[in-house]
Parts: sequence; structure tokens; C-alpha cells
Amino acid sequence: MVNRVVVGAHYGLRDWLIQRVTAVVMAVYSLALGGWLMWQPYVDYDIWTALFSSQWMRIFTLLFLLSLLLHAWVGVRDVVMDYVKLAGVRLVIHVLVILTLIVYAIWSVQILWGM
Amino acid sequence: MPTLRFKIYRYNPETDAAPYMQDYELQSEPAGKMLLDALLLLKEQDDTLSLRKSCREGVCGSDAMNINGRNGLACITPLDSLGETVTLRPLPGLPVIRDLIVDMTQFFNQYRSIKPYLINNDPPPETERLQSPAQRAHLNGLYECILCGCCSTACPSFWWNPDKFVGPAGLLQAYRFLADSRDQATAERLDDLEDPYRLFRCHTIMNCVDVCPKELNPTEAIGNIKDMMVKRMV
Ligand code: SF4
Ligand code: SF4
Ligand code: FES
Repeated sequence: MVNRVVVGAHYGLRDWLIQRVTAVVMAVYSLALGGWLMWQPYVDYDIWTALFSSQWMRIFTLLFLLSLLLHAWVGVRDVVMDYVKLAGVRLVIHVLVILTLIVYAIWSVQILWGM
Repeated sequence: MPTLRFKIYRYNPETDAAPYMQDYELQSEPAGKMLLDALLLLKEQDDTLSLRKSCREGVCGSDAMNINGRNGLACITPLDSLGETVTLRPLPGLPVIRDLIVDMTQFFNQYRSIKPYLINNDPPPETERLQSPAQRAHLNGLYECILCGCCSTACPSFWWNPDKFVGPAGLLQAYRFLADSRDQATAERLDDLEDPYRLFRCHTIMNCVDVCPKELNPTEAIGNIKDMMVKRMV
């Protein structure tokens, strides 16, 4: 194969938007949860499980965690694109990161609905 | 007369195994002088010292260099603003040809890649393609770029991917043509930049804005390009 500089993958905007939108979701969740914690006189196991037994809290939390994973994907991929020069190595790292994040997503669902 | 001290990066690939820093001293009054004036006096002492310069008034962009750790133009940097010892290096991130002279090929290849000219398929009018004053105003802050390279060579994203990332100077010019009412290639231009490397290597670090000697704002131009892309997508 010839060794030319290849660009023009025609994506980038989508990932950049994902990064912005997920950042907003994470900020809203963190503020909401932080506010709730400050408002609570004390928190013990029962109060904590009661909070997470509501379907809404679970969905909101899952949304937060998925946002975190997507945000992490774009961020890690950016770092790899900057510093890993061999395309083959980049591909392997991308696949490993994606698989790890999928595992985390499944695990998150299991934890949230197993509580 | 005060003694001015300089530490200057020297490298001649034909005779030196590695670059080194050379000390220079100059008896001169700094007030009212620019750094370039001092460099030309130093060159009288040692004519092997190599640098580029031309206009001597901040319009040609040829004497960009790294001055005390910050990119700038020697000809418009007042000597008395620089402190006791002035450390000079070539622009970072580009191959050094000799001393303070760098090879700008990658920089200009990126500039060329954004098609820095009007694309308009209408038959040319008798005299000129007119713009209203309001349309013309959109080019302010864009057309003034002198392509000195201070911004792109201060940008970490350009250091890592100079072959793929257009860099702040090229992107500022890309927006200059996107913003021009006479240009008809908006879609092609946006398509060309909709790429994880060409545009989206910019992580809004803003080194470019910090160093631009013409006080331009490539980060804002990059943001405007992203806005145009969002607008056409949604
Ligand atoms: S934007 Fe400023 S720093 Fe960059 S090339 Fe143009 S004039 Fe130089
Ligand atoms: S704002 Fe973008 S282009 Fe400017 S220095 Fe930072 S990464 Fe580079
Ligand atoms: S010599 Fe022309 S910009 Fe400095």
C-alpha cells in the first residue's frame, strides 16, 4: 500500500456534539445529586437504596452513566489519535476501549436494576 | 550603554551534530528599538547567524520566532519589553533549516489545502463582484492574517498532527472564505473540514489566540465553522 497522508473521514461533528451534549447531561445530574445530598440531613443505606429504587432515578442515573461512557469514548479516542501514530495500533486500542465501555454499560444496568 | 544579553538557538545541519544555544552580548540602548534591530546588529558581529526578515514592520510575517518561550514577530517586539536575557529559538514543531529559519512547507501545505481563493461559478461581471458594507464587515478579523505561523506552531494539536490537522492559521483562512458573500463553495468547504483530523483536532486550547501578533482570533473562527456545520446538520 502506498504511504500517503489520508484524511477526509467525514465525521467529527457528530462526536464533537456528543461530547458537548453528554457534558451537559453529566453536569445536570451531578448538580441534582449534589443538591439532594446537601439537602439531606444524613444519608444511610436505607435512604440511599430508597432513592435508587425509584424507576426515574435509575433511568436518570443510567443516562448519566451512558453519557459518561460516550464522553470517555470521544476523549480517549482523541488522545489516541494525537499520540498513537500507527494506524494498526490505533485500531486495536479503539476496539479494546469500545469493548470495555460496552462491558461497563452492561454492568451499570445490572447494578442499577439489581439494587 | 547597557549590555544586552541573548541566548540564541544555533544549528547548521552541514557542520553541527546537534543544535546548541549560543550566548551573545550587545552594547546598545534598548529603548525605541525592536528585537529585530538587535538581531541585525548581532548579525554584524557574527554573519553566520541566520534568520528571515523582510518588511520590518509586521506585515510580511517572515521573522516569526520563539521569543522567551512565546511565538512572536521580532520586528514588532520592543526590545525593552524582554527582560535581562533574551532567549530566541525557531518556531516550535517545524523542521529547522538553519538557526532561526524553519521549513514552513507543512504550514503552507495546510494553507493550500483549504483552497484559499474565491470559488464562484457565475460569469465574471464587467468590473468587480460587489459586496455591501455589511457583507464586507464579516471579513474583518480574518483577512488581516499575514500567515506568519506563530499560531499554528504554538498549537499542540498542530505539533502532534501537522500533516493532518489544518491548524489555526489555515482554519482562520477557511472561515475567511466561508464568510465571504462572493464565495459559492460553502458546502464543499464544510465537507472538506468535516473530518476528525482536519478541523476537530482543535481542542480549544487557545494558544493561537494568545500569540497572534495581529491579535486575531482563530479559536472564534473555528467555533464559527463548527456552528455552520451544526446549523446545516440540524
Ligand atoms: S492568525 Fe495570527 S498568528 Fe496565525 S498566521 Fe495569521 S497572523 Fe500569524
Ligand atoms: S484553539 Fe485550537 S487551533 Fe488554537 S491553539 Fe488551541 S487547539 Fe490549536
Ligand atoms: S520582518 Fe516582516 S513581519 Fe517582521
